[in-house]
Amino acid sequence: MEYSEHKPIYLQNVDLMQEKIVSGEWQEEERIPSVREMGALVGVNPNTVVRSYQLLETQEIIYNKRGLGYFVKSGAVARIKEIVKREFISNELPQFKAKAAMLGITKEELIDLL
Amino acid sequence: MIEIEKLYFSYPGIPVLEDLSTTFKEGRIYGLLGENGVGKSTLFKLMCALLTTKHGTIKIDGTVVERKPSCLSKIYYVPEDFDGPDIAIKNYAAGVSQFYPNYDDELFARLLADFEIDANRKFTNLSLGQRKRAVIALALALKTDYLFLDEPTNGLDIPSKALFRRMMAAAMDEKRTIIISTHQVRDVENLLDHIMILDRRSVLLDKSVSDIQQEYEFGVSANAPEGSLYVEPGLGGCTYICENKSGEESRMNIEILFNYINLKNKQK
Repeated sequence: MEYSEHKPIYLQNVDLMQEKIVSGEWQEEERIPSVREMGALVGVNPNTVVRSYQLLETQEIIYNKRGLGYFVKSGAVARIKEIVKREFISNELPQFKAKAAMLGITKEELIDLL
Repeated sequence: MIEIEKLYFSYPGIPVLEDLSTTFKEGRIYGLLGENGVGKSTLFKLMCALLTTKHGTIKIDGTVVERKPSCLSKIYYVPEDFDGPDIAIKNYAAGVSQFYPNYDDELFARLLADFEIDANRKFTNLSLGQRKRAVIALALALKTDYLFLDEPTNGLDIPSKALFRRMMAAAMDEKRTIIISTHQVRDVENLLDHIMILDRRSVLLDKSVSDIQQEYEFGVSANAPEGSLYVEPGLGGCTYICENKSGEESRMNIEILFNYINLKNKQK
């Protein structure tokens, strides 16, 4: 997998893992790869991958079953969508609005296009 | 842990390392960076006793490094140019692995297969990239606590570089200390969790990637932010490094970091 965005690697890995959950590749209450397996899968240092797992744990998207590994928490898909929606509203939407304003595209035109 | 204290080394008439002191801790993959000639390869050779010096000490796990099996069995060094002897890979591995108690024959076979290298072939009949793949597979299969890789991706083709990253990530554990020296920073940046930048006399930077990202902001924009520490113009805009004031992490750009740290050092 290639990483090219400006987000730090551990956050890009969070995005990837969230995608896998939302797409259904990883089901709720299902075991996910260990930190080491995930690192090997994407070619990223396990110490970096640990940070992704920690964040996903605080976001209540995954949880650790002692001795069994990490699992997707039930309700994770809804929580991810909520998080991504907030990110979209605070990051991407203002950029989109600024670009539309710069190009002089009116609200009506935008609504038509959407 | 590797402890280096007041290390001096010079080739006849050419001083290389002057009063270098630093440590390398376990559970990390270090990116060892420095301009040409600052002594990165020399440091590797000193750390595995291929070179010796009377001035300064290198200790590994508390013991001074010396040419004894008990010490060298913990260390493996992959040089930038590996020619290999005129024998089959499997025979070479059989010989070398005698000295390494943790050697994993199954792992070696698997890594060679991943790299599409036939163990029956002789090193002398292989291209540079193939020799590199063979020796990297061996290096990982020896499972030493200390692994030094000098420009490991040189000569590797594009698919092999991705394979190499996955193999390294899989090989990493909390007991191991892996040090990668390279100028091809893009090839290995996802593997590194710690950056050490050297010049001949000192360590210019010794920080974890997460600390670097918390301290500095990296980005690209039409105009670099005011107070940028270092800026490089380019096609997509100005690539910059500045202090991280927002507290939000951005992805470390090793090239920009390296150029900034070196420039700062030269201006001193």
